[in-house]
Amino acid sequence: MTMLSERQQLSYIAAQAADARLNVELETEGMTLNIGPQHPATHGTLRIIARLDGEQVVWAEPVPGYMHRGYEKLTEVRTFPQVTTLINRIDWLGSFANEVPFILAAEQLMEVEAPPRAQYIRTILFELSRIANVGLFLGDLGVQMGAVTPVFLAFRDREHVLNLIEGATGGRFHPNFDRIGGLKDDLPAGWVAETRQVMKRMRMFCDELEDLLFGNEIFQSRTRNVGVIPADVAKSYGLSGANLRASGVDWDLRRDQALPMAWDKVDFKVWTHPDGDSWARCWVRLQETRESTKIVDQLLDGLPAGPVMAKVPRIIKVPAGEAWVSTENPLGEMGYYVVSKGDLGPFRVKIRSASFNNISIASWVLKGVYVPDIITILASLYFILGDIDR
Amino acid sequence: MDAADAPAALPGDALREGVVERLRADLGAGLIDSHLVPQTDLWVRVSTEAWADAAASLKAQGFDYFCFLSALDWMPSPYGKGEDDPTVEKEPLSTEVVPGVTGGDTRFQVFARVTDVRRHFGVTVKADVPDTLEMPSWIPSFAGANWHERETHEMFGITFAGHPDLRNLYLPGEFEGYPLRKDFPLLSRMIKPWPGIVDVEPMPDAAEEEDGTAEATPEEGGAA
Repeated sequence: MTMLSERQQLSYIAAQAADARLNVELETEGMTLNIGPQHPATHGTLRIIARLDGEQVVWAEPVPGYMHRGYEKLTEVRTFPQVTTLINRIDWLGSFANEVPFILAAEQLMEVEAPPRAQYIRTILFELSRIANVGLFLGDLGVQMGAVTPVFLAFRDREHVLNLIEGATGGRFHPNFDRIGGLKDDLPAGWVAETRQVMKRMRMFCDELEDLLFGNEIFQSRTRNVGVIPADVAKSYGLSGANLRASGVDWDLRRDQALPMAWDKVDFKVWTHPDGDSWARCWVRLQETRESTKIVDQLLDGLPAGPVMAKVPRIIKVPAGEAWVSTENPLGEMGYYVVSKGDLGPFRVKIRSASFNNISIASWVLKGVYVPDIITILASLYFILGDIDR
Repeated sequence: MDAADAPAALPGDALREGVVERLRADLGAGLIDSHLVPQTDLWVRVSTEAWADAAASLKAQGFDYFCFLSALDWMPSPYGKGEDDPTVEKEPLSTEVVPGVTGGDTRFQVFARVTDVRRHFGVTVKADVPDTLEMPSWIPSFAGANWHERETHEMFGITFAGHPDLRNLYLPGEFEGYPLRKDFPLLSRMIKPWPGIVDVEPMPDAAEEEDGTAEATPEEGGAA
């Protein structure tokens, strides 16, 4: 655990020296600051304990567990189709994306594959979840730094995306739409044209935020060179998604693995940034949201006709075996390790959620930063409590 | 690292077999078994002693992205799914330990996954957990194993030698028992009979299931 950057080592030594000196002369001492579990900047009930020396963090630790719902245990008493209801609630801002890797793992064990149209619609809804999820993140960033306007813009435009998801699936937040072998239903009439309009609008939203937020001097000075994570540290902690790409690692599960989804049918760019700071993480997410709207447009152009459900038995029994499938979810790599014993339900499901790894780096990255930066760093790492605690 | 480093094609099985060969060279008898699903995934099983060395060997081979670490309890639950009618005397369920792919000799196994982000494939590593329930820690190789080992400790009661701080991550400090073990009852299913016992849709009969494969359209689902 000696992976401290030079800057962190220096600040750590300085903090200790300051502590020792001040203790004698001014009778001051370090202090422990508790942030949360109920705090506007924590996106839910994450608690952070920070040991401070003046304004500098000497040591910090996130304390999760206020929202642990035990989904891994609950999956063991559910049948395979029932599990999607639970896992919808892991990352509640991008629910449909949670269902996909589990369904793909079950399909891999059953050796069934969804028909092409279902694969396309799955991918479209997956990307819409990403736009809804990351769009809210982009707006929320402003609030963390005292700018109130972006969050209103984000809620205003996210509503259109949620309406699309609701139109196709019937659920705004928890679609529960993915089935083993395909989808519950086909798209409603007029949905495709509506989606094209909304994608245009979301691109405008991205432009608007880029001007308003990313061009803002306060935003830049609060995030540039703050919370730098080098690529090797990021990988050893298992950071994924935009957090990893912002450290210069060019890895995207949409492009880099063969899945029965439609990402290989479209052109898109995987954005990376060499800096690894808070600004890079936010910037990569902004670019990805824009890229997602283009993916959706291309998929709508190529949407094949046909059924949306493969032939599967009425009673789903998954053959014995083990499968691991992960996808590039809005928050990062999300995967399910599914163990089946040939029963109606899974024997064990290990849920690998992105935020759990993404936030476990906090105690490393928060060493040596100043108190206001705690908020921006955590915001830029972007976690959702349900995705940490499961 | 830039895009030019990325290979054009997705990894083939030759790459995965190469990993097994390299592990055999590094660990010797420590590598017990491997399981390859063509074009899909690779599993290896190592001995308890070789657990930490396997991490170091894989990291040296380029698997420097830590995905997850957890444990498996291969004993079937003695409580079933908690969906039985409480008025009916039930037969005791089998609690025979049956391991999964790559086999196993113990009730508990730890398993972890690491990924090579340059060559775009991952490997799942398993190891038997001895009766002392103590395993070497992966933290020297992967700092991210810290939280995963804490979670595995509180959920399965497996300790990791060399872990700096095995406090509970989720549960209150005084919580007793290890919830993800199969013999830990799911209390919400114990205190109240499963409502599905009385509120059931008629299941399609066996004959229909045999022929088949009726397409599950939403109309059928709704009307049943």
